[in-house]
Order: sequence, then structure tokens, then C-alpha cells
Amino acid sequence: MTQLLSFIKKEFYHISRDPRTMLILFGIPIAQLLIFGTVIKSEINDIHIAIYDQSKDETTQQITNKLLSSGYFILDENLKSLDEIDAIFKRGKVREVIVFENDFGKKLIIEGTAEMQLIVDASDPNTARLATSYTKGIVNDYIQKLYPNVKMPMQIKPEVRMYYNEEMKSAYMFVPGTMALILMLISTMMTSIAITREKELGTMEILLVSPLKPVHIIVGKVIPYFLLSIVNAFVIIIIGKVVFGVPITGSFILLMLETILFILMALCLGILISTAAKNQMVAMFISMIGLLLPTIMISGFMFPIENMPEVLQWFSHIMPARWYITIIRGIMLKGIGITFIWKETLILLGMTLFFIALSVKKFKIRLE
Amino acid sequence: MITIKNISKSYDKTEAIKNISLEINRGELFGLIGPDGAGKTTLMRILMTLLLPDSGKAKMDEFDVVKDFKEIRHIVGYMPGRFSLYQDLSVEENLNFFATVFGTTVEENYDLIRDIYYQIEPFKKRRAGKLSGGMKQKLALSCALIHKPKILVLDEPTTGVDAVSRKEFWEMLKKLQKKDITILVSTPYMDEAILCDQVALMQNGRILDVDSPSRITEKFPRKIIQARSENMFQLINDLRNFEKAEAVYAFGQFVHFTGIEDDVETTELDNYLEKLNHKNILVEEINPGIEDVFMNLMEK
Repeated sequence: MTQLLSFIKKEFYHISRDPRTMLILFGIPIAQLLIFGTVIKSEINDIHIAIYDQSKDETTQQITNKLLSSGYFILDENLKSLDEIDAIFKRGKVREVIVFENDFGKKLIIEGTAEMQLIVDASDPNTARLATSYTKGIVNDYIQKLYPNVKMPMQIKPEVRMYYNEEMKSAYMFVPGTMALILMLISTMMTSIAITREKELGTMEILLVSPLKPVHIIVGKVIPYFLLSIVNAFVIIIIGKVVFGVPITGSFILLMLETILFILMALCLGILISTAAKNQMVAMFISMIGLLLPTIMISGFMFPIENMPEVLQWFSHIMPARWYITIIRGIMLKGIGITFIWKETLILLGMTLFFIALSVKKFKIRLE
Repeated sequence: MITIKNISKSYDKTEAIKNISLEINRGELFGLIGPDGAGKTTLMRILMTLLLPDSGKAKMDEFDVVKDFKEIRHIVGYMPGRFSLYQDLSVEENLNFFATVFGTTVEENYDLIRDIYYQIEPFKKRRAGKLSGGMKQKLALSCALIHKPKILVLDEPTTGVDAVSRKEFWEMLKKLQKKDITILVSTPYMDEAILCDQVALMQNGRILDVDSPSRITEKFPRKIIQARSENMFQLINDLRNFEKAEAVYAFGQFVHFTGIEDDVETTELDNYLEKLNHKNILVEEINPGIEDVFMNLMEK
């Protein structure tokens, strides 16, 4: 026991005395979270539009005001003819043009139907799609309020309500994903590097020729990173809540327990990598390319798993982050309990045990 | 104390050591002498249970290096060829760490390391990476000794260390030997060989000879002539061109000459060199050193 304690103490010395390690442990997670949370967005802001209003009556004026006051749109120009539309798109700034037909207001009242046209620049299809659906939503909303008894004259589309993330805030989606990414990075990469560093510097040779058991070396290496990762997870949740307003609707304790399980899994994976990697470069390479990229791409962090080709969908099953992201999105955003996520939890637990068993088996008690 | 029987070991296709047998007695200071690539480190790693031999058996204090590796790891102290302590830990922290790992304390075995450690104690707060080469070796030795091992194995401990520190280091080994510690040390320096009780000369994974340093040189049958002149380069070339020359090697300021059948006299060589206009010529017969023996064995 004293052997283990002194090993852990030694490990903390290593971590605290290496500025790079400290930076990776605490600088990168926070920077990453802030960057992912603010830069990558699936909501729209300040879309530039132009309006060609042929009717210029009270109704069109009110709809225009409603659109502009929503905060999503900025009016760049009022057009005077249809011919200008092509030119204004070519200039590139304006993404959407709204055209109201002649006598829009009158027709709406008398005939119960009026036409407006949305023309969008679909060179960026994502923005285009979002812009049209936002516009439709706002127009429908206006008309419904104006004539609550009139049957929807502008049958556009059934209204979609976004559950759990009503405003479609992308930070809600990215905070859980980033958390998985960061914990994976820190826990896996740092432990694999810490163990291979001993090999590279030759200190492993002395540790092996000592009464220390492999389990002492492994546990001694893992515990400091385990504790630091828990601190990290805590910091990420706090930042998510304070900076991005991501709620924790479910049980905080369950969230932390699941997070601890995920950290354990990542640490064991790190040990496994270190048993295979000869030096720090290889360990880093495996952790970065082999784990980080798949975690970002196919764990459902950025792209919905359902939209992937079948092969990748199948492949995503072996990504631990996939299960963890499902779990914490459930807890944080939907507020569900263990009864809904026991399957994912079991899968993570199984992976952890598998990695532990494999790395204990693969840990070399000799130099070859 | 250490018994090695027919040990062989290959890496892929290169044979690192071939069929080596050795016997090292308790309390001996035993030297493995040989150039880089002779197989010294491989042999030591097998003894330290870090590598498995391909064939053969070895025992450390009656423990088998393959089966009883756990027991061996309690009774040996090991200093690898490369400085292998934690550079970012201080002198004191390193020593304490290794003491705890071996289940002891610095105080308990302070006697053993006092002579070595007191020299680096003034720097005990300094990080190990910032120590000089000689001090690093002293710290590494202290760490290898802290659990009072029965067998101490040192892999080229004096490589890259200055002459004064080297001398001190060997004096320390002599003292440790008196405390009933069997020491196996490897070195590429021939001048250190004479400080050992027994030496094994190694070359290309084989042992060329095992004996005490004095016996090794005594039983060397050849006559060695040492020569010197102002133009060393010319001297070596001329001696090599001498018709009765068998081996000519530069040894520091001198050239060591061995004649065919040992029937070259000093006067003969003197005359030959004078004819070739060498100045300040010195030619004398000397007792062979370990290097001469080694060079001769390597030729075969």
C-alpha cells in the first residue's frame, strides 16, 4: 500500500512539474469546449435578406417587421423588380429574398389566400433550409395570431416543435459531445503517454526490476489521471451551465457516476494502448488518429448516426463515446433516469472490463 | 552466487550472445569487458529477469532467472546503462521513491549509501536532470543500493563520466564489495578491468577468456614492444610495413608492436625506424596489458 501511495505521489510530481501536461489537462479542455460551443452552430443568426414587396400594404409591412425583429434576419435592400434578384444573389451577401405578390393584404382578407415567394441561395443548403423554415414559422405565426378563426390560408407545413432543445440551441448538443471528446482525449492519451514515457526514458527497466507488481504500476499511473479527469468533467459541466446555459434536467449524481464510468473506460483504453505502443509518439498517434477522429465523426457527436451509411452505423457501435453521449444527452437534456439508459451503461461497463482484462494480460513483466 | 550455463539469445536473426557460461562467486567484483555490441547488456538483462534467454539456464543466488523472477527482483540492485531515474524529481524524492518501492526507508540502509550519498546530499533539493554526469551516477548507485541488494549489477556505469569521478566510482565499488555485495559490472574501458577480481573478455556475443586480470596478462605468451616517435601517423604506417610485423595498434601516446613469432628485437626495430628518419625514437619491451590480450584475442 505504501508502495502504491508513493507511486501515486511520484505521478503527481510528474504532472505538476510539466507545464505541457498541465496545459493539456486544463487548458485544452476549456478552450475546446468554448470553441466547439460557440463556433459550430446549427442555428441561424443575422441572415441577410432582401424583400421585393409589390403590395406595400399594412399586412406585408407587419410581416416584414415581425421577421426583422426576430433577430434572425437583417434587411439589406428593398428590391424594385424581379430582375434584381439574380444580381443580388451573385453579390453573395444576401441569402434569402422574400417576394410578396400584388395586393397581398387584400387578397388575404377577401380570398383567404395570398402568395409570397421565398427564394434562397442554396449554395449553402444547410443555411438555406434553416432560413426558409424560420421564415415560414414566423409568417405562419403572424397570420394565425392575426386571424385566429380563419383557417390557415397559407398552408405551408405542419408546425414542427423541437422537443428538449426548443430553440434548437446547438450548444445543448455540443456540450455533451465535447465532454465525451475531452474525457476521451485526456484520460486515454494522457495515461498512454505517461506509461510509454517510462518506457522511453528507461525508468520502466528499473520499475520492472523491483518488487512492484504490474497492478501497482497500472493503478498508480491511473489514479492521478482518474482524479484529474473527474475534476475536468466537473469543470465542463459547470462551464456548460454557466456559459452556454445547458441545463441538467436529470440527476446530477447519476450524471457524475456515468461520467466516472466513462472515465474509467477511457483510462483502461489508455493502458491498453500503452502496452502496444513503444514510445510516446506512437501512443499519441494511436490516441489522436485512432480514437479522436472516430469519436468526432461517427459517435453521433457531430453527425446523426441514423444518416450514416450502414457500415459506419455498425462501426459506431464499438465507439464508447457513442453510448456515453446517448447517456448524458438523456440525463442532461431529457432528465431520464437509469431505467432508460441501463443498456448503454452495461455496454460501457462491459467495455471497461474488457479493456482491463486485455491490458493486464498484455502488460509485459519483461522488456520484450 | 551467479551461475550462467550455455545461455544464448537472438534478436530476430542477429545472435546477441552465443552459448555463454560463467560462474561468479559470492563477494566478487566481476567485470564484463568488451566493446559496444559485444552482448554485455543482453547478458545483464537476462540476469536481471528483463529478457528471456532462448536457451540455457542462469541462476542468481539459487533463483532461476525465468521461473523465480519475482524472488530475484527482491535481491538485486540494477543500474542500467542509460541514466534511468526520474529527471523531474529531486535527488531526495528519487531516493525516497526507490526506497519505498523496495519496501524500505532511506534511514534503514543509510549506512550502506552514506559514503556515496554524502557527496550529493548538499544538492538533495535539486532535480536529478540538473545534476552533472558524475553526480547522476552517484545518485543512480545510491538508488540501486537503497534496499541493500545481495547482487549489484551495473551496466557501463562509468561511460560518459569524467576521469576523477570514474576513479571515485571504482573506489566505491571496492568498498561495497567489502559489505558482502556481489558486483557484476560491465565496461568498455580496459583500464578499469584491472580493478576487478575476475574479468570476462567478451566479443561478438562470445566469451573469449575468463580469469583474474593479472593472470590474463601473465599467461599472455606474446612479446609486446612499445614504440614512440615524433610523427605518430608515419610511425604506425612504417611499423605496419615492417616485414616481420604481425599486429600494430595505437595505444594513447604509444604504438604497441607484436612481431611474427615474437623474434623481433627492440634494437632491430630501432634501426629500422632510424633509417626511415624518425626522430626522438623510443622502443622498449613491456609487459602486456589487458588491451593487448584483448586485441590479440579479437584477431583470432
